[in-house]
Amino acid sequence: MSTEVPVTTGQTDAAAIATKASLTSEKSQARGGYLHGWSGTVLTVIVVLIGVLWSIPTFGLFVASFLPPQLITSIGWWQGLVQGNFTIQNYQNVIQANGMGQAFINSLIISIPGTIFPMLLGAFAAYAFAWMKFPGRDWLFFGVVALLVVPSQIALGPMYTLFSAIGLTGTYFGVWIAHTAFGLPFAVFLLRNFFAALPKDLMESAHIDGASTWRVFWTIVLPLSVPALASLAIFQFMWVWNDLLVALIFLGGSPSVAPITLAVAEQVGTYGQNYQILTAAAFLSMALPLIVFFSMQRYFVRGILAGSVKG
Amino acid sequence: MAMIAKGQSPETVLPQKKKPGGRQRGQESRITWSAWIWIAPAVILLLAFFIYPLIQTIILSFEKTDLLGNVTGFVGWQNYKEIFTDPNLLNTLKNNLIWLVLATILTVGLGLVIAVLVDRVRIEALVKSMLFIPMAISATAAGIIWRFVYAYVPVGNGNEYGLLNAFLGLFGAQPQAWVTDQRFATFSLIVIYVWIWTGFCMVIISAALKGIPDDVIEAAKMDGAGRFTMFWRIMVPMIGPTLGVVITTMIINVLKIFDVVYVVTGGNYGTNVVAVQFFQEYFLNSQYGIGSALAILLTIAILPVMVINIRRMRAEERAR
Repeated sequence: MSTEVPVTTGQTDAAAIATKASLTSEKSQARGGYLHGWSGTVLTVIVVLIGVLWSIPTFGLFVASFLPPQLITSIGWWQGLVQGNFTIQNYQNVIQANGMGQAFINSLIISIPGTIFPMLLGAFAAYAFAWMKFPGRDWLFFGVVALLVVPSQIALGPMYTLFSAIGLTGTYFGVWIAHTAFGLPFAVFLLRNFFAALPKDLMESAHIDGASTWRVFWTIVLPLSVPALASLAIFQFMWVWNDLLVALIFLGGSPSVAPITLAVAEQVGTYGQNYQILTAAAFLSMALPLIVFFSMQRYFVRGILAGSVKG
Repeated sequence: MAMIAKGQSPETVLPQKKKPGGRQRGQESRITWSAWIWIAPAVILLLAFFIYPLIQTIILSFEKTDLLGNVTGFVGWQNYKEIFTDPNLLNTLKNNLIWLVLATILTVGLGLVIAVLVDRVRIEALVKSMLFIPMAISATAAGIIWRFVYAYVPVGNGNEYGLLNAFLGLFGAQPQAWVTDQRFATFSLIVIYVWIWTGFCMVIISAALKGIPDDVIEAAKMDGAGRFTMFWRIMVPMIGPTLGVVITTMIINVLKIFDVVYVVTGGNYGTNVVAVQFFQEYFLNSQYGIGSALAILLTIAILPVMVINIRRMRAEERAR
């Protein structure tokens, strides 16, 4: 659970927030303008140093993963960088020999439904919470808000017992259900707030035209909510992809279905010093989240803000 | 948790757009009974995954488990007493406290400072991305990344390949076993965590900073406010509510800290924390009683934040 739900509460107007906060700062306006001159230069240098400091550890692993196995722990990666003796052997070994290729595919098999299911069930519930009136609605919704912060630890023990009893441990299906349940509070919360902010007239006129609730949901609500859905999708995907705890408990005994986080963590345990495997495997496990992150940074940030800050 | 102002106005966190449909929502008088069908899958799953296990865990936490993992009957508060008397478990609680204080202060503090600094430079977006990347990396990978920072080779046993020891060696310092030496281990882990989460805090705080109206800043400048006055008297108070939200979020996350510790030290070298100990007791040692009691303690610690959240939510709903 490293990527815990970054959530407290607050209404969401993801669209409004998104323009305020951007990593890709097409809109970001410096407070009182950018600094120029001497103090601007000093500040820039400080800030760049911080950024470099933050990047060094990752860069170090990146370099180390391309060093020949015998050099990884016998010279510093910064020395290896100077020597320029690089190889892709580690990656070849990892993909072919250690089941990491399979683990990567397992991660995909777990993450894709583990992202879609909670979004879909969450969207159903969010739609009802936002646009339908029924007894206990507010009460139930506050219940969901409360669950946002409940540690999954209270659920893991009894659910493991239950899943063992009905044969769901060690299966993809079991992990999908677990990720769906743990992702639901955030999904319902985020989508409900977004749905509630959609224009009411639009939905009313659709109803007057004779569209069913079901049709309105699929043809009006969902298409209008693409920004919120995108944020949610990225978040949920990253949690599930990077998850260790749920995989450890529900798939711990089944290496053949283990995701890459678990496979790598296992390598750390079994061959603690097997660095040529660890470096390449770690980088392989980071590849997809990093691609998602770089290509959809804006939505990622938007999701964070939608979840944790009122907009 | 007292740092969250109870009466804070949610409106002030970020500038808010009026929600077009918001006001009328919920005023339609017709009850849609089919709503139950829409929420049923989610509610059933949540009941199964949160409410049922919560009850189970509470019951288990009051029961005795023998060495073979058989639950052998009601023992009252004994599991809880053990947590607060066993030196090992006490150390775990102490570590969580260290984590709670240090990790929260460092992530939020650094996030705030960096957000203010990057706000005024042109390469803001680039630097933010650099800080934010660790958020996308799993703790498993982060653990391996940091091995190359903390690696320890005793003097005379070869070349230091750990960046930290090599760097400190330039100044003549002796290499240290950052991860396996009890004196440093917990702090080394906290540094990794801070590395992962500071970007998260920075992004949220930065968004709030951009929401401060320009005239406020201009007015302060006119009145001759210097940089520190600007920071402490204008910026920090203006983004107070956002800081509150970031702090509560980090408190929850830090309390539940699991995978950085699990991956890097496995809870050894005096670094164990509640969530890892829970996992070990419940799933490795079959000590369901102690494990459950730990899970319940974690939930109780988070309870105040939950209450704050619901209150804030209710206030917002009323304001709609």
